[in-house]
Amino acid sequence: MGLLAEVVKEMVLYSLDFNVKARDFDSAGEVSSNLRTVLKQLSLNPDVVRRSCIACYEAEMNIIIHSYGGHIKIEIFEDKIRITAEDTGPGIEDIELAMKEGYSTAPEEIREMGFGAGMGLPNMKSNSDFMEIKSSSEGTTVLMEILFK
Amino acid sequence: MPYFHSVTLDKDRCRGCTNCIKRCPTEAIRVREGKARIINERCIDCGECIRVCPYHAKLAVTDSLAMMKDFKYKIALPAPSLYGQFRDLSINQILSALLDIGFDEVFEVAYAAEIVSRFTREALKRGNLKKPVISSACPAVVRLIQIRFPSLIDNLLDICSPMDTAAILAKKQAVKMTGLKEEEIGVFFISPCAAKVTSIKNPVGLEKSKIDGAFSMKEIYGKILEKAKTTIVRDLSKATMVGVGWANSGGEAFGTFTENSIYVDGIHNVIKVLEEIELGKLNDLDFFEGLACIGGCIGGPLTVENNFVAKNRIRKLTEKLPKREEPLFDERDINFEEVRWTKKIEKSEVMKLDKDISKALDMMKKIDQQYKALPGLDCGSCGSPTCRALAEDIVKGCATEYDCIFILKDKIKSLAQELNELAGKMPPVLGEEKE
Repeated sequence: MGLLAEVVKEMVLYSLDFNVKARDFDSAGEVSSNLRTVLKQLSLNPDVVRRSCIACYEAEMNIIIHSYGGHIKIEIFEDKIRITAEDTGPGIEDIELAMKEGYSTAPEEIREMGFGAGMGLPNMKSNSDFMEIKSSSEGTTVLMEILFK
Repeated sequence: MPYFHSVTLDKDRCRGCTNCIKRCPTEAIRVREGKARIINERCIDCGECIRVCPYHAKLAVTDSLAMMKDFKYKIALPAPSLYGQFRDLSINQILSALLDIGFDEVFEVAYAAEIVSRFTREALKRGNLKKPVISSACPAVVRLIQIRFPSLIDNLLDICSPMDTAAILAKKQAVKMTGLKEEEIGVFFISPCAAKVTSIKNPVGLEKSKIDGAFSMKEIYGKILEKAKTTIVRDLSKATMVGVGWANSGGEAFGTFTENSIYVDGIHNVIKVLEEIELGKLNDLDFFEGLACIGGCIGGPLTVENNFVAKNRIRKLTEKLPKREEPLFDERDINFEEVRWTKKIEKSEVMKLDKDISKALDMMKKIDQQYKALPGLDCGSCGSPTCRALAEDIVKGCATEYDCIFILKDKIKSLAQELNELAGKMPPVLGEEKE
């Protein structure tokens, strides 16, 4: 591949940024809902739209449930969509364990609301083509990519 | 051929208010030059605008009863919801009155609904559809999925609605019985809604519908009332509680006999749940019944009776009907394959800004920018349903910034200020020397 093509591939064609507040269950799902509206207007494959929305929704919920607040950045490239969820907070203690279906560290009161079933990270993983988690006691950054193919 | 729509506008009655544009679930209406305009490709015929228009300027076009004259043998297909429209009439009285109106035969859509219920159970058992399986009985919901939820097309139950099933069966039996040719037999649906009328002209999942015409329930209501006074009541009712139950929301879901099913009525509620399904939050569900009208088909815009009253009547009627689990029909009459869809459901591209992704992205950037300049009140005075929709319309070139009354007012204000300032200025050759 030529250098120019490489550069074009790495160019962000369109981006969006949303703030997400901790414990703001009233706005839960708003980011992914906005993302859905935007993606459906672009000529993307419905399956890409669906997977991006699921991945984004789970990331949004994780920020609401587990962090002190953060933001979600959506970037559209020529061949993929990248979702970066960044928060400040306690971080994920054991990422490997957190990736297991059904494993949850959500407090009781949140589980009573029907959230925190331990499917967040597994769903993010299964709906994206690439996922990277960086976490420390300061906060967490999850980067996900969905390829247009 | 342009897409036919039952929902149309009566221009003389339209006052250009913004009630309909705000209610439309697909943002398919704009007010331009003082009149509402329906964007045909976006309209799903749900009838929301018919219900909400205070001036009754939205109509559902149906066929004229005079159409019956073109056929030698005429069959009425009454929708189950028809039974809920009359205060004191039994199902047999209603069906007998239909014969007196001039039909040679009545074929209950409720009876076909039972057959569809039975085939739905079979389809669920076969398990080759994506879960949750989504009902395809309400054509407005099917259109909504095509337009707003294309990723759920594979979840749609791929068998004919009770209306189309009734038509297939009725025509087949009538050909056998009368010896007439298929085109000499007229099959007419008595419809509670506009969406069904549209789906006859533009069939869902079929190349061509077997139905020859659709009559409005409202139009035929008075005639049934009149004939019912004198009709000789014949024993024509053969549908059970499962079939007649389809008139109310939840009837179809009940007929699947699966515990893991939900039903939702009202198009805006249906949208909310479809969003959840799309997010994969309801993957444990087997069946989803979504109906555009509140209460289900009894809430259709072409019905006469209040939907809550009708709902109760249907409940009372079904209590008196036999509770057979399996419909009484001969497998030789109609089989599973005959009611399967023959045509793939296509996703619609109308919500897309452009087929070309880079052009679409460019437009999206412009829309975002334009949107920031608008007040965000979503007042509708510009004729577009929301500020976001106006931003889209501006970028698409079908509206201007000054359609927004707030932007227009600001512009006038700044122009007026400028005029004022200019008026105070004097060319140097005029003016008087200051003391």
